[in-house]
Amino acid sequence: MSDDHGHGDKPFLAHHFEDEDHQFDSGKLGIWAFLVTEVLFFSGLFCAYAIYRAMHPEVFTYAARSLDTMLGAINTGVLIFSSLTAAWAVRNAQLGQKKMLVANLAITILCAFGFMGIKYKEYSHKFHLGLYPGNNYAPVEGAFGDHVTKAEEVGFRLEQESDEIEGEHASAELADMNESSEHAGAANEEAHGHGAVKWDDPNMDPETKSQLKVFFGIYYCMTGLHGIHVVIGILLLMWLLTRAIRGHFTPTYYGPIDYAALYWHLVDLIWIYLFPLLYLIN
Amino acid sequence: MTQVDIAPSQVQGRPVQHLEKNYINHSSGISSWLLTLDHKRIGLMYLVGISVSFFLGGLFALGIRLELFAPGMQFMDAATYNKVFTLHGAVMVFLFIIPGIPAALGNVVLPLMLGAKDVAFPRLNLSSFYLWIAGATFFLYTLFSKQLDTGWTFYTPYSSSYSDTSVISATFGVFLLGFSSIFTGLNFLVTIHKMRPPGMTWHKLPLFLWGMYGTAIMQLLATPVLGITLLLLVMETTLGIGIFDPKKGGDPVLYQHFFWFYSHPAVYIMILPAMAVVSEIIATFSRKHIFGYKMIAYSSVSIALLSFLVWGHHMFVSSESTLATLIFSAITFTIAIPSAIKVFNWLATLYKGSVSLGTPMLYALEFIWLFTIGGLTGLFLGVLSTDVMLHDTYFVVAHFHYVMVGGTLFAFFAGLHYWWPKMTGKMYSETTGRIASVIAFVGFNLAFFPQFIMGSRGMPRRYADYKPDFELYHQLSTVGTLVLGVGIALLTYNLIRSIFSGKKAPANPWGSATIEWECPSPPPHHNFDHPPLATDPYDMERVEWDEEVQGFVPVVGRRAPVAH
Repeated sequence: MSDDHGHGDKPFLAHHFEDEDHQFDSGKLGIWAFLVTEVLFFSGLFCAYAIYRAMHPEVFTYAARSLDTMLGAINTGVLIFSSLTAAWAVRNAQLGQKKMLVANLAITILCAFGFMGIKYKEYSHKFHLGLYPGNNYAPVEGAFGDHVTKAEEVGFRLEQESDEIEGEHASAELADMNESSEHAGAANEEAHGHGAVKWDDPNMDPETKSQLKVFFGIYYCMTGLHGIHVVIGILLLMWLLTRAIRGHFTPTYYGPIDYAALYWHLVDLIWIYLFPLLYLIN
Repeated sequence: MTQVDIAPSQVQGRPVQHLEKNYINHSSGISSWLLTLDHKRIGLMYLVGISVSFFLGGLFALGIRLELFAPGMQFMDAATYNKVFTLHGAVMVFLFIIPGIPAALGNVVLPLMLGAKDVAFPRLNLSSFYLWIAGATFFLYTLFSKQLDTGWTFYTPYSSSYSDTSVISATFGVFLLGFSSIFTGLNFLVTIHKMRPPGMTWHKLPLFLWGMYGTAIMQLLATPVLGITLLLLVMETTLGIGIFDPKKGGDPVLYQHFFWFYSHPAVYIMILPAMAVVSEIIATFSRKHIFGYKMIAYSSVSIALLSFLVWGHHMFVSSESTLATLIFSAITFTIAIPSAIKVFNWLATLYKGSVSLGTPMLYALEFIWLFTIGGLTGLFLGVLSTDVMLHDTYFVVAHFHYVMVGGTLFAFFAGLHYWWPKMTGKMYSETTGRIASVIAFVGFNLAFFPQFIMGSRGMPRRYADYKPDFELYHQLSTVGTLVLGVGIALLTYNLIRSIFSGKKAPANPWGSATIEWECPSPPPHHNFDHPPLATDPYDMERVEWDEEVQGFVPVVGRRAPVAH
C-alpha cells in the first residue's frame, strides 16, 4: 500500500501526483468542495430554524431566555481566538517554524477543549433544569430564569389569580384564554409581584407551552452537530500535532495544516451564526 | 510491466494488447483487495456490492409482481406488501442506482479516461466504499429486524410517530450511503479538475467525464441536505424534537421539501451518468464524431443546475401555494430542454454513421427509446391539471421506471458490456449478449407499459389489492417482469462465463478514440507509465481495425492533435 504511494525522496508526495504543487492544489480544491457540502449540511438546520421561528416567534423569544448569553459570548471569543492560532499555524508551517507550529496547534486544541468544557457546563446546567430535548423535556421550576418579568412581551397570558386554577386540565385553561388576555395588564403586575413568570405557570398559553420543547430540540441539534464538528476538529488537530512534532511539515509540504485550518475556520464561522441566532434573541 | 503476452503485434509496432501482470493479478491475498487504494479494484468491489443489492431489490420486485398477479391477497398480507415495496424501492435507489454507474463503472473508467494513475484521493475513495458497506449493513440489519414500511421516501409523521418498523436503522443506513456518494462525487470533481492529461482542455473532455462532472456537482450540493434531513428524522423518531410533528407545532410538509430538495437532484444523479455512458457508446458504435459535442457537454451541467429548482413538483397536491406550483411546473418544463438536446444529438450522431449493433450499442439504442418515453410522460406529471389526476397512480410508477430502469439500468448494462473487456480483459459472447438485451427490452416494455394504461385509468400505486378491472394489466406486467428477469439472468450468465472461458480482449475492441482504450486490457496497476497526450476524443479516424489483434489500433501518423 504505502510502497507504491511514495516518491522516494519526497515521502508525502503520492505517486499519482506530478509534484507537491499538484498535490497541494488538488487537496485545496477538495477541502473547499468539502466545506461547501458542510455548509449545505448545516443549511437544513438553519432552514428548519428559520421556518419554525417564523411560525412560532413567541416560542423562540421566551425559550431563548434560558440560554446563558455570557457563556455563549465567552465561547465565541474562545473560538475566534482559536481561529487566529489556526491561521497562524499555517503561516508557521509555510515558513518552517516547527516550534511555533507546535505551539499554535496546541493552543488551538486547548481552545477547542475550552469550548467543549463550557458547552458541557451549559448542557449539564440545562439537563439539571430538566430542559432535555424532545420527549424527555420536563423543566423544573425556574428553568427559564428569574429575570423574566414582562409577561406581555413574551406573548403568553396569565390568569389574574393563578393559584385558583392550579392543577386543572389544559382544556379548561384553553377555555379561559380569551378572558385571561383581557387581564394581561393585571397579570403583568402580578408577575412583578412574584418577581418572575414561571415556565410552568398553568395559565400560560398551553400551545406555546407545549411548543417550547421544539426550541430545545433545535438548540440541541444545532449546537450538538456543531459540537460534533468541534470534536472531529480536535481529533484532526491532535493528529496534525503529532505529525508536526515528528517534523513532517516543510515549506513545500504543509497541505494538511492548511486544510485542517480551513475546516476549523468553518466550524468557527458556523458558531458565529449560531450564537446570535440562539442566544441573542431580543 | 515489461513482459508482453502477444509478441507478434508488438514486433510490428502495434501497442501492447495484454500484460502478464495487470491490476487484477499484480498482488494477491484478501487484504490486497480489501485495503487496496487502486481505483480499479475499488470499482470492481463496488460492482460486486451493487450487483448483490440489485439481485436483492429484484427479488422484492418479483414479490410485488407475483402478489399482484390476481386481485385479492395471494401469499402476503397487506402489511408485508408494504414492507416489500418499501424495501424494493429503498434498496434499488440507495444501494444500486445511485452508486451504480458512478461508483462501479466510474471508478474504473474515470481515471483511465484521464490518463491518470488514480483518482485524486485514493484513501477517500476506499473510505467511501466502506461507507457504502456500512450503509448496506444497516440495511441488512433493517431486513432482519423489523423491516421498513414507510415507502422509500420516509414521509413524516408516519415514519417518525406511527411506523412500527426499523425506521432508524434504515435512515441511518441511507445517511451513511449519502456520505459515500458525497465522497465519490468530491473525488471525481477534483480528479476531473486537476488530473487531466496534457492536451485535454475542457472542450476535449470525453462526454462521459462531463456527465460525471455534472453528477459530482449534484452529489456535493444535494446529498448533505438529505444527510441533515435524515438526522433530523432520527432525532424526531428517537427524541421527539417536534420539528416535523404537527402536534408540536412542526410541519410535516417541511420534511417533504427537505427530502425532495435532495431527491429530485438525486433523480438526475441517477440519469446523468446514464446519459454520459450512452454518449460514449453512440459515437463509438457509429464510427463517427459525436454530433453537437458542446451542446451535450453543457446540457449535462445545465441539467445539474436546473435539478435544484424543480423539487416542488413532488408536492403539487400537498399544501403548496398556487404560485409556487406554477413556478415549479414552469421550471420543470425547462429541464426537458437539455434532456431533449441530448436525445437529438445522439440521433444526429447515428445519422449517416456506420452503425454496428454490438451488445453495448443495442442497450444504448434501447436506452434512447425508453428514456424518451420516460421523459415525455414526465411532462404529463409536470402539468398541474393532469398531475392532480395522475398523482400517486401507476402512471407515476411507470414513468419513473421508464427513466430509472429503462434509462439508468439499461445504460448501466450498456456501460458494463462496453467496458467489460477493459475491466476483466475478457470478451463475452456477442450473440448471447444481444439475445439477452432484446429479451430484457421486450420484458421491460411488457412490464411497465401496461402500468401507464392502468395508472391513467385510476389504479393507485402502493396498493396491495385492486379491482378486477385492472387484472389484465397487472398480469401483463407480471409476465413482463419475469421475461425481464430471464433477460437479466442470461446477461449475468454471459458475463460470468466470459471470465472463465471468454477470449482475451484486445486493448481497443470497439474502436473508441478515448484514452482508456490505449492501455492494455486489463490495465496494469499504474494504468499508464507516462500520461498520454490527449486529442479530440471523438476523432474515430484515429484508430483502424486490425485483423491480427482482433481490435482497433492507432493509425500511424494520426497521433497529432486534430482540429475540428
